[in-house]
Amino acid sequence: MAMTTPTLQAPPALATTTEPPAVRRGLIAGALAFIALFLVMPLAVVLAEALRRGVGTYFEAITEPYTLAAVKLTLIAAAVAVPLNLVFGLTAAWAIAKFEFRGKSLLITLIDLPFSVSPVIAGLIYTLMFGAQGWVGPWLIEHDVRIIFALPGIVLATVFVTFPFVARELIPLMQDQGTDEEEAAALLGASGWQIFFRVTLPNVKWALLYGVLLCNARAMGEFGAVAVVSGHIRGVTNTMPLHIEILYNEYKFAASFAVASLLALLAVVTLVAKVLLEWRFGHELAHNRGR
Amino acid sequence: MKRNAFMGGRIRNWIAAAILALGALAPAAASAQTLLNVSYDPTRELYDAINAAFVADWRAKTGQAIRVNQAHGGSGAQARAVIDGLAADVVTLALAYDVDAIAARGLIAADWQKRLPHNSAPYTSTIVFLVKRGNPKGIKDWGDLIKPGVQVITPNPKTSGGARWNYLAAWAWAKRQPNGSDATAKSFVQALYKNVPVLDTGARGSTVTFAQRGIGDVLLAWENEAFRAINEFGREKFEIVVPTISILAEPSISVVDRNVDRRRTRALAEAYLNFLYTPDAQAIIAANHYRPREPQYAKPADIAQFPKLELLTVDQEFGGWAKVQTTHFADRGVFDQIYTPGAR
Repeated sequence: MAMTTPTLQAPPALATTTEPPAVRRGLIAGALAFIALFLVMPLAVVLAEALRRGVGTYFEAITEPYTLAAVKLTLIAAAVAVPLNLVFGLTAAWAIAKFEFRGKSLLITLIDLPFSVSPVIAGLIYTLMFGAQGWVGPWLIEHDVRIIFALPGIVLATVFVTFPFVARELIPLMQDQGTDEEEAAALLGASGWQIFFRVTLPNVKWALLYGVLLCNARAMGEFGAVAVVSGHIRGVTNTMPLHIEILYNEYKFAASFAVASLLALLAVVTLVAKVLLEWRFGHELAHNRGR
Repeated sequence: MKRNAFMGGRIRNWIAAAILALGALAPAAASAQTLLNVSYDPTRELYDAINAAFVADWRAKTGQAIRVNQAHGGSGAQARAVIDGLAADVVTLALAYDVDAIAARGLIAADWQKRLPHNSAPYTSTIVFLVKRGNPKGIKDWGDLIKPGVQVITPNPKTSGGARWNYLAAWAWAKRQPNGSDATAKSFVQALYKNVPVLDTGARGSTVTFAQRGIGDVLLAWENEAFRAINEFGREKFEIVVPTISILAEPSISVVDRNVDRRRTRALAEAYLNFLYTPDAQAIIAANHYRPREPQYAKPADIAQFPKLELLTVDQEFGGWAKVQTTHFADRGVFDQIYTPGAR
């Protein structure tokens, strides 16, 4: 308790940086300025543009039937794609982390594929598969099954681009955790499902939620892949990102930014949820991040 | 242990809730008959007005409530989507060639152009120049577009119908100059595209590039698109320059036979296209800055907006769209020979 001066409280050996305070403050200011310039300001511009013609116009824009249809379609696409990827991501991560089998690294590479493939290609893949000139498209159209230029195509494209998010969050964590606890549970007589629900799942639940949030954010915001398979039918196959572009191209700039602010709001809600999770369960997530 | 059991139960509840939510959100089967009109880029406002008038007209005549859905994009890209299975009942595209492309895949009868009056084009337009107010670069005619330092905005002729009309109008002008030939026209068009800093995929994209983002000195635009840009952004910002020669653009319409027969919407689709030739529709067409085929039905004030200039047709100048397409816009055609992205 005799140590009263700041220099003694922080002995040089424990200091994390040796830079003078001016440099540190400069770096922090630089980072903050960067964030303000490239993140906060554009978001503020979106809001300002959206409200430029007044609150009345804003609400008119976001309650207009085409906009509501676009919001609904975006939510449906996310509501189908996210649970699918949740189930897939969980099973894939479980298989990869807890078992040894041939072709495992190939499977990991395949899971990462949507990250490396341009979304436009993703859309074209489905057009080539299910389009009227595609492999199975003519047969499907003969039987009145519509995949592309309809809801299923939009969902497929969304699933494709959001495919790796959950698995990618879970695999490193599950690999780190190893199989000890599962083995112990098996020795104590637990069944497969019991092990999964009582041991494996509780161990990864926060990483899982985190992956789901990221997956959801991307699912709602996807533009390129969905643009290729949408067909751009107003009020039918336009998702929110596509609708924003259409409004912009129709010189309805205020309406376009109003819908953009709505989409940004959805993203912000997701990000706030993420930050809250990180704040409350930081150590578990940090464990996950340190791959 | 208790917490874990709770967790498992909650996951199951989530899944059940998600399935329920999906059921609730799934789109209800449409009760009213719908029609899908797949159109090109600048016709958004035109068909908003036409559709409202047609829906009212149809209800007055038959008592049925119907709905007309719209899809817009670059004309070539839209034709491609219909070929790939976009279930269009009618197409209203920027040029006959794009309808021909769909017909070539057997979706539309080969004689489609003869099924409706005026070559199945209920309205025409042409290509004009949109410049900044006061015309700071002094652009008067096509020849001014290749001057050094003039930036020209036009979309990509591979995907945009309007862009093909732009290209052909420039070609036709150059060929009609003293000592003009296909060779001089080619080098003129090549010089023109050297002045193009960005090729958007559709006409509306180019208009936004020029008028909203302020890129370029002159926009080669559909006449209707140029009028609309002035209405949207104000007379104090832009003005139209009319060249001495331009092209008669005939945007073409057709029922997509394969789709209407499958969806049993032929009667409605044909009524929709015939409606475009009625006095009401012709007046709406002129009010939206397209040149109506029957100007006597339009408001005289709307007709007065259209400047008189020499309009050449694709058939006379170029021997038809099939020839234009193979010579100019097909892979390794003239456009591919003269346009190298980034080379300027």
